[in-house]
Amino acid sequence: MDLTQIFSIALGAILVENFILVQFLGICPFMGVSKKMDTATGMGLAVTFVMGLASIFCWLVNEYLLVPLGLEYLQTLAYILVIASLVQFVEMFLQKSMPALYEALGIYLPLITTNCAVLGVALLNTQNGYNFIESVVYGITGGLGFMLAIVLFASVRERLEYAEYPKAFEGFPVALVSAGLIGLGFVGFRGLKIW
Amino acid sequence: MNVKKQFKEGLITQNPVLVQLLGMCSTMAITTTLFNGIGMGISVTVILTCCNIVISLLRKVIPSKIRIAAYVVVIAGFVTIVDLLIQAYLPDLSSSLGVFIPLIVVNCIILGRAEAFSSKNGVAASALDGIFQGIGYTWVLVVMSVVREFLGSGSFGGGILNGGAGIQIFPSEYGAMLLVLPFGGFLMLGSLIALVQWALRRSEEKKNQEVAK
Repeated sequence: MDLTQIFSIALGAILVENFILVQFLGICPFMGVSKKMDTATGMGLAVTFVMGLASIFCWLVNEYLLVPLGLEYLQTLAYILVIASLVQFVEMFLQKSMPALYEALGIYLPLITTNCAVLGVALLNTQNGYNFIESVVYGITGGLGFMLAIVLFASVRERLEYAEYPKAFEGFPVALVSAGLIGLGFVGFRGLKIW
Repeated sequence: MNVKKQFKEGLITQNPVLVQLLGMCSTMAITTTLFNGIGMGISVTVILTCCNIVISLLRKVIPSKIRIAAYVVVIAGFVTIVDLLIQAYLPDLSSSLGVFIPLIVVNCIILGRAEAFSSKNGVAASALDGIFQGIGYTWVLVVMSVVREFLGSGSFGGGILNGGAGIQIFPSEYGAMLLVLPFGGFLMLGSLIALVQWALRRSEEKKNQEVAK
């Protein structure tokens, strides 16, 4: 296993091809849970965890179930079922062991099922032909990239409360525009390449 | 059943993207050429309509506890069908939309309409709802992609007109590249939503004034 390969996947997933700001995966929770810093961090952790697990299980399902049986066309269906059950599991786990975080995440926890970033990472793993270790690294670092973006955005958004802007931009539009400006910062990573 | 009201809701007052703020991932990601916009819009409309019909038919059979899982399975089925059809007949579209076609499964618009509308209404109304909401989504995509393509690279109708190259209106080196880059999608959608909020607020003020008179 080549270590530089893994490092470049990780760097790519966190900065160069950030899931939210460059690939547009997982915008709904990004917009929905980013009003406060602590819920944003919690959401970031939960998504990272689910993305890591989803990469593991979807890879296993694809390699040992779908490919041997020649059922690759059922990929989307199989992945979404795997993810839905994973989320259910994480939800039960959090409810038992971290009730405070569970309360804070509220409705957004079941919504991780419909987070494009999670299904996206599983599909991209298959599409890019990653092996097991690469898939897991891509899943976890993709989640970390998500967390980085949502934490940055939440801290900007807390300040937006006191900012002045045209009335038509109230609420969502101003959030979108500021997300765009953060995205502009991430364009700077584009030329970044390792070896 | 009120066709006119549903039509207006789908296109403007309850527009899935601009007012309900659903399905933003694909809206921002793929609207770089007209071809992508129309292709994605039509795919979502077809899937939304089919899902609405099936879910509305099954609404009394599905137990409410596992309804979300059941909806997701129905949606994933239709998405797979459309995905395979596009791969077979429109390989260009398939390669330019990439992972965003299978990701229609988790497009909040479809699950949202299933939960909010077709699980409570009859088949015909749900089918119409799917068509109108789909058209509402499509026109937003088309507007976004036309503006981004024109200002960003100076062309119109990329992927469809002029053998796929699009009609060049001004040389592409004078375009504002920032609109074609990913974050241009955020800026564009933000401005579009702001415009609609402004327009809706104005029409409401006008109505209030008339009532006051």
